[in-house]
Amino acid sequence: MNTKRYGVALALVTAGALLLSACGSDNNADPGAAGQQTIKPECGGKKDLTGEGSSAQTNAIGEFKLEYGNQCPGQNLAYQPSGSGKGVTNFNGGLVDFAGSDSALKSGEEVTKATSRCEGNAPWHLPLVFGPVAVAYNLGASSPSITLNAETIAKVFNGGIKKWNDEAIKKLNPSASLPDKDIIVYYRSDPSGTTENFQKYLATAAPTTWTQATTKDFAGKVGEGKDKSQGVANAVKATEGSITYVEASFADSAKLSKAKIDNGAGAVELTNATAGAAISQAKISGQGNDLIVDLKSIYSSKAKDAYPLVLVTYEIVCSKGYPAETAKAVKAFLTVAAGAGQDQLAKVGYVPLPNEFRTKVNEAIKAIA
Amino acid sequence: MSDSQLTDRFPRPEGAGGRPAHARHPQEDPISPAAHHRPAPPTGQSGATVRRPGDQIFRGIAVGSGVFIVALIAAVALFLVLQAIPSLAANKSSFLFSGGWSAQDPKNLNFGILDLLWVTVASSLFALVLAMPVALGIALFLTHYAPKRFSRPFAYIVDLLAAVPSIVFGLWGIRVLAPQIKGVAEWLNTNLGWFPLFSTGNVSVTGGGTVFTAGIVLAIMILPIITAVSREVFDRTPTTQIEGALALGATKWEVIRTTVLPFGKAGYVSASMLGLGRALGETIALMLILSATAAGPKYSLFDGGATLASRIGSGSGEFSGPLTTGAYIAAGLVLFILTFVINALARYVVAGKKEYA
Repeated sequence: MNTKRYGVALALVTAGALLLSACGSDNNADPGAAGQQTIKPECGGKKDLTGEGSSAQTNAIGEFKLEYGNQCPGQNLAYQPSGSGKGVTNFNGGLVDFAGSDSALKSGEEVTKATSRCEGNAPWHLPLVFGPVAVAYNLGASSPSITLNAETIAKVFNGGIKKWNDEAIKKLNPSASLPDKDIIVYYRSDPSGTTENFQKYLATAAPTTWTQATTKDFAGKVGEGKDKSQGVANAVKATEGSITYVEASFADSAKLSKAKIDNGAGAVELTNATAGAAISQAKISGQGNDLIVDLKSIYSSKAKDAYPLVLVTYEIVCSKGYPAETAKAVKAFLTVAAGAGQDQLAKVGYVPLPNEFRTKVNEAIKAIA
Repeated sequence: MSDSQLTDRFPRPEGAGGRPAHARHPQEDPISPAAHHRPAPPTGQSGATVRRPGDQIFRGIAVGSGVFIVALIAAVALFLVLQAIPSLAANKSSFLFSGGWSAQDPKNLNFGILDLLWVTVASSLFALVLAMPVALGIALFLTHYAPKRFSRPFAYIVDLLAAVPSIVFGLWGIRVLAPQIKGVAEWLNTNLGWFPLFSTGNVSVTGGGTVFTAGIVLAIMILPIITAVSREVFDRTPTTQIEGALALGATKWEVIRTTVLPFGKAGYVSASMLGLGRALGETIALMLILSATAAGPKYSLFDGGATLASRIGSGSGEFSGPLTTGAYIAAGLVLFILTFVINALARYVVAGKKEYA
């Protein structure tokens, strides 16, 4: 019985230590594009704004909310991170003021419903939260820095490449000493926008190799699944020879090596600058102020020094059709989110919006009536 | 043994003669666990026709509670069935006889419960196998071996285990326990691999995200439940029987074997079933411990995967459309039925025992 008692004590201590260390080691991302144009919000309107959707945005929205409260005292936002699908459903049902989503509304039923929710006006997508996704690995204490391209990543994650010293990896890393070890793939066992965007990247950049589905469930059929970003990061940390895809902030706080990605113009390291570079040249596929990002333009980017593996998420709002009070609050919140809110994002592991993107988003926000 | 001595030890309310004045009247404290009195016989009240408002009110409350819980369970079952039907109809795989789980694309639903069922049953039964003997030992120790002075505090400490949140058990299991028992797991796998349960599973043994780890953590989690209930039952073994056995010259172990165990068996089985129910429904700890995998199960303790509950738990972040949600609810329905069946089985097992109340 004594061992049981110690077990519990140990469990409590360990869990406490884990929590503390998880809080303590925020990523040390460079401040990035701070001090850019910030537009003062016109505070007022509905006091308690509601939003629901993407859980990938949770930390970003948390920062936005804090900043919104600072700039517009007395105004509040409640965001329920219950998943993109649920957010869109409840937005369309008029239960929440905006939806956070990892993907654009599907043309057809979703858009029709959203349009009728906005009293006949078009719903707009505002890409406010971008998160870089790292291909993180563990090759022991002397973990060599390795470079991969979309083709090899796709093969690793669908079972085409099974060993670290595979010819394809060797070719990309002629100078690295690669061990003769099995590659252990870890993936997200819970459905997630990260998985969805990662698979979309592979399907875009390596279309002949990644023929699997691109939904929120991992479709590679190899490896072991772990719960949430923290779970896969911990698993890679604990297992030599393993690899995963995870939001950069988790890879940083677990001190994992992050693979460079060679998209055709040389190896690119994951930094806020390189991820920002990929976002800057993203094309908009939506009409006018509807800023749907053409993911293909990011994922298939061959630009120099651009890191293409980025998670794109939107706030979905009505262009018109809100009650006056709600419209005012939505505009104020979005202004904060696209302005001062962006400057806080680097510290929670997202990429702040590049300058020209902010201009576009701000124009759209201004046009909401 | 004179009559007065017998009465002293087993005071009867009507047998007032010769009873020392300081003895407590059994009706003051009829079910004190320390005293082991027999329950007081019913007082000779023959007023069957007398009905007071209290009777009516209490009867109403009791019947109402009973009806309410039955209605609630029926409503849960109905909800689960109604929500699951559209998804089951749209499912492209066999729900009962396939193992994959892909429910995010409503147009291409492919989900089956076979693998989930295996991991659920395997981890829970393994936990039960580990926990039952230990719990029996603890309960017997607390009731019959430990000095009375210590048995209460010890019991509280065991009960404390039940108060540890399951997320703590989960984190501890995967981050502390799994690396510690890696050697044992590998040894079992290498040396006893010929035995199907210890053969190589569909996830890595070293990673620790296996049914083996999960079962050990579950065993610790259900230990306090089984112990607490068994302890109370063993404590109620009639003193007459124990003393009778002692009088016949039985040793401590013989006393336990001939009186305590037969008396407490039904309660012990019930307690174990309660623990099993807890293990079957455990969600967050197993979500953290078990490694998901796309490979089919090898029916070994070193399999990974997910249980019915942990699959629902990990999917709960993205219940997007009604069809996706329905797939998870269908899994919930299976868990509901599974728990029901196991409860029924347990009742069938203990119903044969005459002591079962």
